[in-house]
Amino acid sequence: MTSLFEVVSTESSVDTPIRRITVTVNGKQHTLDVEPRLLLAHLIRQGLELTGTHTGCDTTSCGACTVLIDGVPVKSCTMLAVQADGHDVTTVEGLASASELDPIQEGFRDEHGLQCGFCTPGMMLTAKALLDENPNPTEDEVRWALSGNLCRCTGYQNIVKSVLLAAEGLRAKDDVEEDEAS
Amino acid sequence: MTIDEVKIGGLGARRSRVEDNRFIRGMGNYVDDITLPGMLHMEILRSPLAHARIKSIDTSAAMAIPGVQLVLTGELLASRNLAWMPTLSYDTQAVLATDKVRFQGQEVACVVADDPYIAKDACEAIVVDYEALPVIVNPTQAMADGAPIIRDDKENQHDNVVFDWEVGDKDGTDRAFAAADVVSELELHYPRSHPSPIETCGSIADFDRATSKLTVYMTTQAPHIIRAAVAMVAELPEHMIRIVSPDLGGGFGNKVPIYPGYVVSILASILLERPVKWIEDKTGNLISTGFGRDIYLRGQMALRNDGKILAVRMHTDSDHGAFFSDAQPSKFKIGLMHSAFACYDIPVAHLTARGVYTNKAPGGVAYRCSFRITEAMFFQERMVQVAADDLGIDQAEIRRLNFVQDDDFPHRTPFGFLTDSGQYAKCLDIGLEAIGYEDFLKQKEEARKNGRLLGIGISTMTEPLGAGNSREYDILGIKMFDSAELRVHMTGKAILRTGAKTQGQGHETTWAQIVAHELGIPADDVVVEEGDTDTAPFGMGTYASRSTPVAGAAVSMVSRKIRAKARKIAAHLLEVSEEDIEWELGRFYLRSSPESGVTIQECATAAYSNVPDGMEPGLENNAYYDPPNLTWPFGCYITTVEVDPLTGVWDVLNVVAVDDCGVRINPMIVEGQIMGGLAEAYAIANMQLITFDSEGNCVGSNYMDYLLPTAWETPGFELHEVVTPCPHHPIGAKGVGECATVGGPAAFVNAVLDALKGTGVRNIDMPLLPDRVYEALTEGHDVSGAPPTRTG
Ligand code: FES
Ligand code: FES
Repeated sequence: MTSLFEVVSTESSVDTPIRRITVTVNGKQHTLDVEPRLLLAHLIRQGLELTGTHTGCDTTSCGACTVLIDGVPVKSCTMLAVQADGHDVTTVEGLASASELDPIQEGFRDEHGLQCGFCTPGMMLTAKALLDENPNPTEDEVRWALSGNLCRCTGYQNIVKSVLLAAEGLRAKDDVEEDEAS
Repeated sequence: MTIDEVKIGGLGARRSRVEDNRFIRGMGNYVDDITLPGMLHMEILRSPLAHARIKSIDTSAAMAIPGVQLVLTGELLASRNLAWMPTLSYDTQAVLATDKVRFQGQEVACVVADDPYIAKDACEAIVVDYEALPVIVNPTQAMADGAPIIRDDKENQHDNVVFDWEVGDKDGTDRAFAAADVVSELELHYPRSHPSPIETCGSIADFDRATSKLTVYMTTQAPHIIRAAVAMVAELPEHMIRIVSPDLGGGFGNKVPIYPGYVVSILASILLERPVKWIEDKTGNLISTGFGRDIYLRGQMALRNDGKILAVRMHTDSDHGAFFSDAQPSKFKIGLMHSAFACYDIPVAHLTARGVYTNKAPGGVAYRCSFRITEAMFFQERMVQVAADDLGIDQAEIRRLNFVQDDDFPHRTPFGFLTDSGQYAKCLDIGLEAIGYEDFLKQKEEARKNGRLLGIGISTMTEPLGAGNSREYDILGIKMFDSAELRVHMTGKAILRTGAKTQGQGHETTWAQIVAHELGIPADDVVVEEGDTDTAPFGMGTYASRSTPVAGAAVSMVSRKIRAKARKIAAHLLEVSEEDIEWELGRFYLRSSPESGVTIQECATAAYSNVPDGMEPGLENNAYYDPPNLTWPFGCYITTVEVDPLTGVWDVLNVVAVDDCGVRINPMIVEGQIMGGLAEAYAIANMQLITFDSEGNCVGSNYMDYLLPTAWETPGFELHEVVTPCPHHPIGAKGVGECATVGGPAAFVNAVLDALKGTGVRNIDMPLLPDRVYEALTEGHDVSGAPPTRTG
């Protein structure tokens, strides 16, 4: 674990209980000593230095901190790091492979689904969970699925289009893969 | 061979955004993403009371917590003469409270600790003994006899008035009213709202003792203004201050003012000689940083029976909170409120304005707005609808009748602005056609028979953008120009820097498009940088939709300077005189034999390898642009709604926007700006409200109580365009970031009130919450969101 929380745990070791956890983040396993009160969002951002996960509120309302835990979107500002013990976490940094972008990332870029970019990682991960479940959503289904994520810049219309375009891209990709397999 | 401008990403290209490459990978660089070696963390303790005397502050328990490095109070700041700072509106504001707290959420103490958790714990361990004082939460209370003087810290302040101001022709207006057939009246409250970018404010101050240089990473829309202000307040030499505004998670006016958190983090870093990071939490952001609006407007319109507007009278009472820090650069006290009615041909008008102090958070910032024009246009478009209803004239018709005509420009508005271009009636016609106006009116009549309430609302307006021209606009005396610096490297690639600061508008993409348009260098070959005062030329930042009107113009002008030099180099390379060559995009050629020519890239190479005798080598320059006038885009917004008579809930059926923002640099980005603006217009009309109880408690201090629309509530939008180039802007652009937020709210409100037509209801204050609409509908009276206000 990197500096910030390690420093705390050693300097105030007397009454600060420390828990050892093991989490897999974007496919990489980490074993870490953390304070029980440490939020998962802070572990990801400061501890693991994956700053693509943002925090935008104090009340589990904005969704900027959304990550996938075992494929399910979770607001990481409202989960303790210790609760992620033994689980699989995907952050925005885990969306693209080394060589190519995820169709969701392409969708957001091609449909101008972002402006300041602050809500974007959370939006994309929420959208990914939706498309994993439902590869062919309607506009209303997309709007409903994204209703836990706030955006102040775009007015949502292009975000919805981005997700619908990504769905199309994913279906096309699946078709190709099926063709190749058969 | 002629270059295809759209292919190289020039004007009009729907070019994908350069900045998206990092944002979609989670590789943006926002302030909170930055970690410096040895960095400490700061938290602010805020006042729970809106008005109270501070009897004592005990920080001993906080200091005793392991990991706490420093606790700062107003007393400590006062000993260094830093307890108060100037605002950008020539008032003063407490950095940390000394004598009294004057609004809930005011900064009382700061803790700097090894990590943010410890800093938060320590804040809770600080004991403050307050003696509560009577609280003032609206202008009527502020002006009541015997009201406590909120700003008793100021020597000559004997009441709660911030300013009294007027503009226009009072006598002429009185005469016009005396001759009117009909006088219509309207009184309303534009409620307090918060811009609320998802990213809050924050800073990392890093004072380096070895070099005495202070670097501050900061969420600011205007880094150079901050540098100048820090130099003045902290008395540090300006060349030893570097302000860096990295990626911003939205701004909308919220990140223009100077907040105490920034100042204290700087002081803490100087004292501790370590980097100090302050990241505000959402509640802190919502209760203490620049809100928008909170203004009472009332007025009258003098009309002829046929609908011609003869004169307008207006009065505003604005609530500025405890400190006047609206950060607006005009010499007009109530901003550009008097741009109201600019799109109509009205002979005479008069406006009086009073600003007051209350025990609420300071601000009145231009929330996605060019300084009170949102309130101005809202009042204008509500007033026009009321007048149409009073006269029994169609709401589209009354607008058409009074519009400034296309061939009437330049046109002097009744308050003295000069509008210069537009095709107002054409925009309205496109909007009416798109929404299916005539059909909808029939549908509405039919629906009424079945007890269904449909309504249609129109809002048309021209708004002044740019906050520039140095005669009338400055901040702390600094004139409102903007700047660009362009360096073309020897291979023809380039770097452009401007004094603006993008917050989502996509400058990294669009500025390169202007260079491509002017020089024929592909946009992909131009990298754009902003936000670092050590490298960017001095500029006034991004707000008031001023980037394209001012900094964008500077980009054009600097490109033209480069082209002028390249032309000399081209003549040298072609061994002819300058008069013998012509320019086409990306290339100079011989007039006598057009196939012989040199490209801009070849000129760039020669600038470093083969310049004519007597010419300085290199191909770089800068431009400072002082616009001759404001720019005047036009917007027409039309919405249709259905109101449920059983609940007062209203649904949006359609939204049509017709925007004329002049020449569009990147239509995709322009459309994105308009849709974002429309969503905020809908939000303000429908749900977004920061309110206060009688004790000054902020109701709406978090996203559970301050309602922002999600993808689910937000309606879809249909966009149309008209292009009337700005006559004085080098590429004819006018700016667009705020138009829809400025003009949009009245379209929604007018639509709901249109659905209620026949009930006698003339006004419901925003937000049009279901209970307000239901009350209006069932009781047949107006519904005010705030107590009636009369301050004089
Ligand atoms: S930061 Fe987690 S929901 Fe807002
Ligand atoms: S893009 Fe700025 S908040 Fe969504």
